Amino acid sequence: MSTLIKNAVIVNADGRETADLLIENGLIAKIGQGLSCEGEVIDAKGAFLLPGLVDLHCHLRDPGYEYKEDVVSGTRAAAAGGFTSVLCMANTHPVNDCAAVTSYIKNKADEAGYCKVYPIGAVSKALEGKEIAEMGDMKSAGAVAFSDDGSPVSNARLLELALLYSARFDTYVAVHPEELSLTEGGVMNRGMTATMLGLPGISRAAEEGPIARDLILAEENHARIHICHISTAGCVELIRQAKARGVKVTCETTPHYLYLDETACEGYDVNAKVAPPLRTVADQEALIKGLVDGTVDAIATDHAPHHIDDKNMEFTLAAKGISGFETAFSSCYTRLVKSGILPLEKLVEKMCLTPAQIAKIPGGIIKEGQPADFFLADDKEWTVEAKKFLSRGKNTPLDGKTLSGRVLKTFQAGRLVYERAL
Amino acid sequence: MALKTKDLLGLRDISREEIEEILNTAEAMKQVVAGPTKKTSHLQGKSIVTLFYENSTRTRLSFELASKYMSAVAANIAASSSSVKKGETLIDTAKTIDMMGTDVIIMRHPMSGAPHIMAKHVKSAIINAGDGTNEHPTQALLDMLTIREKKGGFEGLKVAVVGDVVHSRVARSNVYGLTKMGAKVVLAGPPTLLPAPGCEMPGVEYCYQVEDAVRDADVVMALRIQLERQKKGLFPSVREYARYFGIDPKMMQLARPDALVMHPGPMNRGVEISSYVADSDQSFINEQVTNGVAVRMALLYMMTRREGR
Repeated sequence: MSTLIKNAVIVNADGRETADLLIENGLIAKIGQGLSCEGEVIDAKGAFLLPGLVDLHCHLRDPGYEYKEDVVSGTRAAAAGGFTSVLCMANTHPVNDCAAVTSYIKNKADEAGYCKVYPIGAVSKALEGKEIAEMGDMKSAGAVAFSDDGSPVSNARLLELALLYSARFDTYVAVHPEELSLTEGGVMNRGMTATMLGLPGISRAAEEGPIARDLILAEENHARIHICHISTAGCVELIRQAKARGVKVTCETTPHYLYLDETACEGYDVNAKVAPPLRTVADQEALIKGLVDGTVDAIATDHAPHHIDDKNMEFTLAAKGISGFETAFSSCYTRLVKSGILPLEKLVEKMCLTPAQIAKIPGGIIKEGQPADFFLADDKEWTVEAKKFLSRGKNTPLDGKTLSGRVLKTFQAGRLVYERAL
Repeated sequence: MALKTKDLLGLRDISREEIEEILNTAEAMKQVVAGPTKKTSHLQGKSIVTLFYENSTRTRLSFELASKYMSAVAANIAASSSSVKKGETLIDTAKTIDMMGTDVIIMRHPMSGAPHIMAKHVKSAIINAGDGTNEHPTQALLDMLTIREKKGGFEGLKVAVVGDVVHSRVARSNVYGLTKMGAKVVLAGPPTLLPAPGCEMPGVEYCYQVEDAVRDADVVMALRIQLERQKKGLFPSVREYARYFGIDPKMMQLARPDALVMHPGPMNRGVEISSYVADSDQSFINEQVTNGVAVRMALLYMMTRREGR
């Protein structure tokens, strides 16, 4: 079985070329000019052919919260967003803190076949922050990293043990930086907008304090650490300084911190409630600067789908999180590429190549012999209609916004797993 | 002139002209409150519901009397006796009340923005009677009516608002209203009860020394201190609070001799305000209560007179 994509602008992190791409047996068999094949031929003239997006951070909610999302709906949504590989967090019910849960998620994803799923196992048993979980078993079952995301590892000694122990399995710990005594009661960024809305704020210190601690722990233990969903200028600076000292740290930010700021909460829009909170334009600029200079390694979605019943209520009570798969590429393309801040190649580096390298998984590159994981996109405008999301989570503050860069088709291991409806 | 919006959710989003119109109408309504026969037909055939998710005596009674003085059909719902206890959501409660033919829902809620959410789901007009730490627009309007009566206007006045500013919906609405009308507002209190540095509202001054706020002020407004704030460690003791942040006669000597003393009530006498000040000739705290009924009458009248109502 072969498929030929003709005349696409193939974009990798290190450059672009207009060429044909031949898929055979799930792999990229050949890239070149004037290729032919006896199978299906797709003319992709005018479209970009990009490596499948690799998401270092999402929530598939399965097992336990299938009413919000499950592995099938989540991976379908991921494919619709151009993702071909995603790493899902462990805060399920039961928690993914043992090989059985890891295998369940992986098998269900493989069966669905929309997108590769690499589970992230819990750092601590039941996310309780008391004892480290069975990292070795989970790694053997398919986990690629460990995180208690959703909750911080407040106990410094436990984090230290996790950093040391995970090194044996050639993996990494991803931390959710949050000082709970500072975030308690807070619902949005502490700043002028929160004051104007009369909503309790969450300071930058609540995120930056734990990052400073975690960087020191990683440094002292020569361990690999990954910082999740950074949102402030101070976080960027702390990580910049740590990298300069040689700390083995990587970090991610999300499309929503790059596209939106705290004013999205105006009108008490519960869909803009997220943890950490949306910050200011100055923070956004610092994150972008960090992307440009290499401090910020990757853009991850933190796809956090919620049921309408968990959102449709008072801002204070509403669940935190944004359903991000289906707007991630377009919002970053619009904010960063279309505006001229980053070339598309750099976005490919941040959303494809580097995430794959951090997780040590295949993908992130269009190259002969590699799995045929890629997507086609164009430059056209489209309007976000949350109700049409394939994700069960329709919770997005981007509903109704016009974005550029549409995902047209997604291929995973050479199979067409998503095609945009006309 | 009617309000431009269906609801009165706060003073942030209404214009100077609308505020003036409300105050003018309230002045007329005050004749009813002060007169011998407290019954007009302004709201004849209109249905008003007060929906209070938080305890209140004066605001709820004030709205209730305002409704009844104008012959409305009025009903009260306290959250403790409502379906909330059975797990009903705010939006479902709103829709249920709305479908009973209600014209106006007056709502108090412990969470900021709750009336804004409700307003999106109902045809009834919503009046915010206090939402969390956001706004209490009718309180600010009655404060403004009191100030206008005594001072003749707002332009150039210095208004000192003292106390727990960060948790005060009264302070927030007064800032929006008074600054819109041309007054200068200075907010003062312990740093732990003011917005953190960098989080201040624009167009107003903040200071940690109450003396600086009160000096040459035309109006001194003390805010109620909720004593549970001490339990949360936001100030060390009631005694110390009264010493450094309370409004006492010595502090009032710094203000202009004809300065008004105001307080949204209920007062903690001897804490945020001393009895000497609260009961002095400069105090218009009781006048505020009367003006509260007049302002609420004005609003109900204006909000039920719009097209289609």
